[in-house]
Amino acid sequence: MASKPVALKILDIITILLLLVATGLVFFFAPLERVMGLVQKVFYFHVAAGWVGMLGFLVAAMVGGIYLARGERKWDIVGLASVEIGMAFAFINVVTGSIWARPIWNTWWTWDPRLTTATIMLLIYAAYLMLRSGIEDPDRRARFGAVYAIVGFISVPLTFFSARLFRTIHPVVIGTNQPGAEGAFDMTADMRLVFFFSLFTFSVIFVDLLWHRIRLGQLQDQVEQLKLKFNV
Amino acid sequence: MLFFLQEGPAQTGNYMIAGYVVIFGVMALYLVSLIVRRRNSIQDLETLQSLEEKEK
Repeated sequence: MASKPVALKILDIITILLLLVATGLVFFFAPLERVMGLVQKVFYFHVAAGWVGMLGFLVAAMVGGIYLARGERKWDIVGLASVEIGMAFAFINVVTGSIWARPIWNTWWTWDPRLTTATIMLLIYAAYLMLRSGIEDPDRRARFGAVYAIVGFISVPLTFFSARLFRTIHPVVIGTNQPGAEGAFDMTADMRLVFFFSLFTFSVIFVDLLWHRIRLGQLQDQVEQLKLKFNV
Repeated sequence: MLFFLQEGPAQTGNYMIAGYVVIFGVMALYLVSLIVRRRNSIQDLETLQSLEEKEK
């Protein structure tokens, strides 16, 4: 097994530093929202986690297409890694959204179009992992996984645009906001700075985790090949 | 809706703490799972490689 590349070690350090700076900005630089109070500070990482979730599913769909075109197993490893990371962050997004909703909407959960589509998206990718675990033949598993990642990706733009297309109480952060939306707010320049820095930080976290997960996938692939050889 | 009538910001610090516990908790759990799975895979690989060498 290969030792950790120097570039990955550097990326690890950069990622940790960025996360520390982003956390510091959220707590000590971003202004206190005058109506919602401290819970609004969840917003910066809540949206960033949602972004990483969708980014993970986008990458999975793209590499799914590449796998179907070329049939190289490395793309399947990337696809699985992307979905797994995407799911972890989409989960963070949904749970922190619920925590934010409790004091602001006075409920932990409501079947609002954005919340519903985000949950369906999460369940679709949970089913992706279940589907994979049920198939033993690696090539068949990779093929099914690739097709599923492409088809499942339909849920991602549906989730993203749900707050824009349907009547919803979920605020639209980027683009036109709905002033009437419960919990909507206009960002100040400082808030915007922290928001975009958080998005950037989480994008770097995604790349770092993806690299680690791909290395794990390659290792697991080697183990699987040997297991098949020995019929273990 | 009552919080629109209040003077200062709403007292929502506990919810913020809960949110960040979830954020850092899930990220830490995922990191730990990566480390544990890597360690297990390395052990499996070493065992299988030693089996392969014995067969030769």
